[in-house]
Amino acid sequence: MKKKIFIPAALHAAFFLAAATGHAQEVQDPREGWFELWHELLVDITVLGVVFATIALYLLIKYRRRHPDDVGTGKEVSTFAALSWVIIPGLIFLADDVYLGAKNFELWNVYRNVPKNAYVVEATGRMWSWGFKYPEGGGIETTNELRVPAGRPVEVKITSADVIHSLSLPYYKVKWDAQPGRSTHLWFYPKEPGEHVLTCVEYCGMMHSNMYGKVIVMPEKEFDKWVEENRPKGGSL
Amino acid sequence: MNTAEAGAVRSGLKEWIFTIDHKRVGVLYLFGSLAAFLLAGTMAMLIRTELLSPTNTITSNPTTYNVWLYFHGAAMILGFIIPSLTGFFANYYVPLMIGAKDVAFPRVNALSVWLYWVGVILALLTFVIPDPPDVMWTGYPPYSVITTGNTALYTFTVLLMGFSSIAGGVNLIATIILMRAPGMTWNKLNIFVWCTLGAFVLQLIFIPFLGNAVTLISLDKYLGTHFTTPSSGGSPLIFENIFWFYSHPAVYVMLLPGVGLIYEIVATFSRNRVFNYKGVVYGGILGSVALSGEVWAHHLYVTGNPDWLTIIITFTTLLISVPVGLLVIGLLGTLYRGSIEYRTPMLFAVGFIFLFLVGGLTGIPNAMSAIYMQLHSTYWIPGHFHYVMALSMTSAIIGGIYYVFPKLTGKMYNETLGKIGFVLLFIGFNVTFFLTMYMGVVYGMPRRFYSYEQFPEVHGIQQVTTMGSYIILLGALVVAASWIHGLIAGKRAPENPWGSRSLEWTHTQSPPPPGNFPRIPELSDDWGPYNYGKSLGATEEER
Ligand code: HEM
Ligand SMILES: [Cu+2]
Ligand SMILES: [Cu+2]
Repeated sequence: MKKKIFIPAALHAAFFLAAATGHAQEVQDPREGWFELWHELLVDITVLGVVFATIALYLLIKYRRRHPDDVGTGKEVSTFAALSWVIIPGLIFLADDVYLGAKNFELWNVYRNVPKNAYVVEATGRMWSWGFKYPEGGGIETTNELRVPAGRPVEVKITSADVIHSLSLPYYKVKWDAQPGRSTHLWFYPKEPGEHVLTCVEYCGMMHSNMYGKVIVMPEKEFDKWVEENRPKGGSL
Repeated sequence: MNTAEAGAVRSGLKEWIFTIDHKRVGVLYLFGSLAAFLLAGTMAMLIRTELLSPTNTITSNPTTYNVWLYFHGAAMILGFIIPSLTGFFANYYVPLMIGAKDVAFPRVNALSVWLYWVGVILALLTFVIPDPPDVMWTGYPPYSVITTGNTALYTFTVLLMGFSSIAGGVNLIATIILMRAPGMTWNKLNIFVWCTLGAFVLQLIFIPFLGNAVTLISLDKYLGTHFTTPSSGGSPLIFENIFWFYSHPAVYVMLLPGVGLIYEIVATFSRNRVFNYKGVVYGGILGSVALSGEVWAHHLYVTGNPDWLTIIITFTTLLISVPVGLLVIGLLGTLYRGSIEYRTPMLFAVGFIFLFLVGGLTGIPNAMSAIYMQLHSTYWIPGHFHYVMALSMTSAIIGGIYYVFPKLTGKMYNETLGKIGFVLLFIGFNVTFFLTMYMGVVYGMPRRFYSYEQFPEVHGIQQVTTMGSYIILLGALVVAASWIHGLIAGKRAPENPWGSRSLEWTHTQSPPPPGNFPRIPELSDDWGPYNYGKSLGATEEER
């Protein structure tokens, strides 16, 4: 089941979104998208920070008291100036907000729309381990170890057997809560083989910080071999 | 000690317990919140010390660590920041700043402080009972329902603090509306008074949601209801939404009065008008109040909330940058053409400006749901919210205490100690929490982690971070020493050591007597709390 994001059409237009829900042919990597947007954002907030900090430093130095009985000479602003000092900065921030908001939705759409050819694994969080169930007939299961083939998008359907947990894959810049009684999902795009940490990031009691494991991304051939070797013998076929 | 002296001490104690004087009620809040800060700060040091090594450092029991963290979070917010700002400062300043003899409902006020104290004592039971709460200050079910920890203690502590705030809010809102001195029009109110008004409006609207949320989990745990158990049709997600429906606005309950204090300090030490007063009040303060109820779900981007909600909330949350930006512009504008004197309170105000800038700007990524995919529940979050809430507001509170010290105690503190304290705190704050943010965003180091062997990259950074927190400890000790020294050995304070134009400095002695003013001040048209260019401003017969 692929969930389609519901975005009201008006919002769509307002945020200048070219319906990103459409292109399924070319799979976009959310991780790359994340880095791109993060770097842009970092520039954005650094520029704002440097501008404000410089102005603050300048004012703090320039207007230090020279004689003990000096008083400030700031004037009350006129109504026009008062309004301008609200509306103009307001509009500048607003413009930045709309811009960032639009960028955000593009990436959010990538995150929330799972590509059609994804390999689907089911994850269950419980106090205190992660169980994974693979789609191959008979059902392979692993604990604290998520094995996936390289070069193919992977969807993880997440639920919880007891309390709220959250499955985090820091390397792939993605996480989602495991809620009891609810099925949630995330997806990531493991392009290269390798091993990365996966861990719980929603407080779930005593051993919360021990609730971790690995994502093991295997070359496609090796992965197929692993599946064959671990397929339950004599099970349903 | 002769009997007369003993009698005086006893009646002194009785006077404090039965006091309905707003200044004494305020001081009772101050003692409570400093006690909470001391304890919650001790917990912070234990937590940071435990984090020196990736596994067992000073306790081998993760639950012990989790209880420290629970207590640190809950006590810092409910016991320290909110009560010191909306309890101590609001009670102490509002009647003095608006020219009133006391508050509107002095007995309700006394009730509010004693409810708070019972809450503090209840919270202290954490260290006495066998199974203390280990649910974090957010108390998410189902964990809070199935844990062996004592969730009821959490529920009742929160409820008491909530009732206390409601009583305090009703009282102070009525005071501000009804008891302003003749001539004290709305547009002449101190910025701090406006901020207090905004904070209490939020408290009155939103506290019932918090009360509701924490009650649901205790009903589930102890009376077997199923509000949050999914197998019986309940939903933990409902709890999360109700909880944050209060707890995001709570950020503004802390932020606004803190910002208000900083405005007072900056105006006084720059001897300057507040830049664009109306823009600050109607745009910055009321704008924040208006928006703060529409952004709660940014805490819940990756939970199970519907996508349409996430999309709306991303936008409303980004919009918060508008009123907050106006507040910052107002502060900077107040420096413009000022005559700035760098006494200790002003140093803390300068510190505030920079800490708040970092805190505000690092909030922008949190607003963005897609970026939040990495940030959620990592060290980035405690890093960011310590900057806005802990560091900025603690700077406002400490600076605010230095600022009010002469008025409150009738004595002066030692400037050198105060300045050393500031420098240490400012350095310690930044080392500790900049690195905290860094570990979160770069390595995805999760928050609320007793151990972190799975993140070998952060071991060294964690140690430096802990060193940073020891610098904070040192700074806090110097600050405490400067206050104690001031109380014992401080020089007698004049009525208005800062040369402020605000009523609490110009129209009453230090400390102010019961009833505050010899006569209720009557304010002429050209009076204003920030009118430095003109004559002192009070009508002639007043002086
Ligand atoms: C004075 C120095 C302080 C230090 C060194 C400090 C340190 C810490 C540390 C290490 C954590 C745990 C981070 C984690 O693993 O999740 C934490 C959490 C927290 N701190 Fe502080 N903190 C300080 C002050 C404050 C203040 C003044 C506040 C007031 C608002 C505050 C509020 C919180 C909250 C709400 C949490 C989250 C607890 C939770 O995860 O449930 N802290 N602090
Ligand atoms: Cu967990
Ligand atoms: Cu929030």
